[in-house]
Amino acid sequence: MIVAADGPPAVAGRGLRKTFRRKGGRGLGDGLVTALDDISFVVPPGALVALVGPDGAGKTTLIRAIAGLIACDAGTLTVMGIDVATDSQAVQDRIAYMPQRFGLYEDLSVQENLDLYADLHGVTGAIRAALYPRLLGMTALAPFTRRLAGRLSGGMKQKLGLACTLVSTPSLLLLDEPTVGVDPLSRRELWEIIVRLVRDQGLTVLLSTAYLDEAERCDQVFVLHEGRILAEGPPSAVTGRAADRTFQAEPAPGQAARILQSRLLDDPRIVDAVPEAGQVRFVISDVIPDPAPDVIPAIATTVATTVATSPLAGVSITAVAPRFEDGFMVLLRQQDAVPETPTPANPARDRSDLLVESVPSGDDPGPMMIEVHDLVRKFGVFTAVDHVSFAVARGTIFGLLGPNGAGKTTTFRMLCGLLSATAGTLRVAGLDVRAVRAAARQHFGYVAQKFSLYGQLSVAENLDFFASAYGLQGRRKRERIDWALHHFELRSLMHLASGQLPGGFKQRLAMAVALLHEPEILFLDEPTSGADPRARRAFWQRITGLAAAGVTVVVTTHFMEEAEYCDHVAILDAGRILAAGTPASVRAQAPADGRGAATMDDAFVAIVEQARARERAAGGTS
Amino acid sequence: MMAVIPAGLRRVEALVRKETWQLLRDPSSIAIGIVMPLVLILLFGFALSLDVKGVRIAVVLEDSSPTAMELSAGFNLSPYFAVQPVKSMTAAETLMRRHRVDGIVRLLPDFSRRSSRNDAEAQILVYGTDANQARIIEGYAGSALGQQALRRAGEGRGDATGGHAVVRSRLWFNEANDSHYFLVPGLIVLIMTLIGSLLTALVMAREWERGTLEALFVTPVRAGEILLAKMVPYFVLGMIGLALCLIAARFLFQVPFRGSVLILIAVSMLYLLVALAIGLLISSLTRNQFVASMATLLVTFLPAVFLSGFMFDLRSMPVAVQMISFALPGRYYVSLLQTLFLAGDIWAVILPDAGVLAAMACVLLVLTRLVATKKLD
Repeated sequence: MIVAADGPPAVAGRGLRKTFRRKGGRGLGDGLVTALDDISFVVPPGALVALVGPDGAGKTTLIRAIAGLIACDAGTLTVMGIDVATDSQAVQDRIAYMPQRFGLYEDLSVQENLDLYADLHGVTGAIRAALYPRLLGMTALAPFTRRLAGRLSGGMKQKLGLACTLVSTPSLLLLDEPTVGVDPLSRRELWEIIVRLVRDQGLTVLLSTAYLDEAERCDQVFVLHEGRILAEGPPSAVTGRAADRTFQAEPAPGQAARILQSRLLDDPRIVDAVPEAGQVRFVISDVIPDPAPDVIPAIATTVATTVATSPLAGVSITAVAPRFEDGFMVLLRQQDAVPETPTPANPARDRSDLLVESVPSGDDPGPMMIEVHDLVRKFGVFTAVDHVSFAVARGTIFGLLGPNGAGKTTTFRMLCGLLSATAGTLRVAGLDVRAVRAAARQHFGYVAQKFSLYGQLSVAENLDFFASAYGLQGRRKRERIDWALHHFELRSLMHLASGQLPGGFKQRLAMAVALLHEPEILFLDEPTSGADPRARRAFWQRITGLAAAGVTVVVTTHFMEEAEYCDHVAILDAGRILAAGTPASVRAQAPADGRGAATMDDAFVAIVEQARARERAAGGTS
Repeated sequence: MMAVIPAGLRRVEALVRKETWQLLRDPSSIAIGIVMPLVLILLFGFALSLDVKGVRIAVVLEDSSPTAMELSAGFNLSPYFAVQPVKSMTAAETLMRRHRVDGIVRLLPDFSRRSSRNDAEAQILVYGTDANQARIIEGYAGSALGQQALRRAGEGRGDATGGHAVVRSRLWFNEANDSHYFLVPGLIVLIMTLIGSLLTALVMAREWERGTLEALFVTPVRAGEILLAKMVPYFVLGMIGLALCLIAARFLFQVPFRGSVLILIAVSMLYLLVALAIGLLISSLTRNQFVASMATLLVTFLPAVFLSGFMFDLRSMPVAVQMISFALPGRYYVSLLQTLFLAGDIWAVILPDAGVLAAMACVLLVLTRLVATKKLD
């Protein structure tokens, strides 16, 4: 660790406690939520520290408490030796904070936003003159100073937010999920800035993140879970927990990686499994010390003996080096050994129940459920979707990947008939969406980015309403609602207001609602945005089950590794498809170093960068 | 400590600049702050008037004597009536039921004979669905009939000993009985309330909703500075609205102004402070633009229309409602405006009303400052 131990710690907390009252609304009951439960920690000066943990672990609450924005119920908290409770203004004078939803004034230009924060921090004259070129250069925003902040892309907004928080040259920088919803390219750029700040200026940075690969780059990590610190120390300490437990399996020929992965997840002895570059990476719960090559088959046997029909039978396995995410999953699994509450990640074990009457017809790729040809959508002079074409076969998963503002949501809205296309043809379930919108709608379910649920209605009331809205009645309606409550494990929460549900449950309810009328096609717009790894595993396992049952799934995501769950993906940038095909073929298309990219993240960055460079070369200085 | 003051000022200046830009770039602010006052001025000035002119009236002449004809002609010549002569009461009633006329004046067959005995009777029927209008029509028709009697008396045709009482009325302060005279001061109240409360009710809530406050809080800025910076641009906008109203009052509607302009500006500033404080208070409490705008509408704008006494007379309201009106700043401002416009610098009215407004402004501003803390919970 590169930590200077002199001087007071950047942040020190002892016995911090914070409870919130959760309002249930009329007839729904209130509840207390413990966000911070007796937390003690120390952030040394000059360190880069990450807060990681599932949704609702208390990350944001802790950061807000350090920023003096909320008062803790108990405990002491000091920032650079100053008590936050008694002198929050003194703390706020010295630190910089970037909230999750950074409050840029969208109706002010880039320059005006910077000026505002510089004035508020009293940064003037020569210091300001020296600072601006550095900040603008670092964030690559120099060409856009006159643009309104509202017109910037998601990644640029995030960088401007960071620039605004850095005008004061603070001694402590607090970042709450600075990279959430940002495409891989911008994410890399943001991280370069952060790392440089810590190394060059000795800044202390405390950040929370849902991307576990980011935690790996920090000096120190705090793993938060249900308001408590589960583990702390260098990231290697967490990674080490998965040492000798992490393997990679090669699925049988013709078997999709996600099928093997999904079956592995069902095995109680498997802590985690993810599809990765055509293989399945998995972590087992028992340590196999120093697995020599000849021991590996033994692992398969060990696992195989515990489950009657082992998914690993006849599969070749290799040991791989663990990553932070693997260690994190082991940590959470150990925590849940004595589960007090049902965890969000507890996917339906018996997925055959998820079968939606029709079953796919064997090897035949089946009819194309979605055919998009030369789709164009313009908003004024701006072309959001620019001649996009793709087709999705029945019972497959199609992923649209791309940075914010690439045109994913616009394409989706046109597919669902919510937005009319400027040009092109759109066929969904064999019907021309542009001609017969209402009829086409019967065939699909749509889960919007923000989950269109009625927050004040309970889970059961939401299901009841949407069932009626889809025209279900009587016995069939009761059956479908029952099915939804059962398969999405919502029964214990059915009387809770849906607005009060934790993120993962909200997403499940939204999916349940979209599936009530047994659609043949399911559209999901960034369903996993901001979700923690366990919630995402559970989500994808459901999707895998649905696809196996013949449902066609179209999904957008900016978690690139999730592309591995898809049969086909298309990378979208600035309204155009830059690459399309199976995940493996897209990785191979990446110009990286002649042999394709190792991960989808690398492939994405390489493909987008190449396309943009080509654009610049072609368009000159437009 | 000396260095602290310029730093605070600099921060307020930066925030005021930010608010001004946001105000100027937000089409809805411009709509509420500039377009709506203009629409209100035009609406109040030209379309909305409580004067009744060209009342459609059926005159039933069952008597064809010269006296009756003269009376009918009197209605005919008046700008207040558009006469439709009918022969029978049945025909008149049919017109009334279809609302083709607003009233019926019926002269009975023996009108002329009895008029010479000074006990002539004329029947006035008014379409009474709109009580206010009905009363006005009744008054007009009554006075038109009265004028006939007066004229006859003047010409010596009437019997001076007949004990015939004639009402002589005169309207003070609004001699022309022009409703613009009291509508325009009311208009100023509405516009000041609109800009002062409705616009500011949105601004704090908007920052809460967009999450911009969270970042702003973790800077050296103080809560009081944020509030002060929010008030300045809207205060200026309110004063522009006031100027527009004064210009319209003076040159468009020719409302007399009998008091001092300086006092008017001073009391308007006081009212504007009260309105701004209410808007910011509601906005800080609700943190939601929709709730804030509805609450402000209920607490400030609607009472300013109905309970400030500019459109409806407070004295004719139930005691309970009158008590409520005492808690509303609009009441004092209306009273001040009407006094300053139509009566003059009457200190016995100005001092207590201005005192109440000043007290309200102080209490509300302190309350707003207490509510607006740099905390999220």
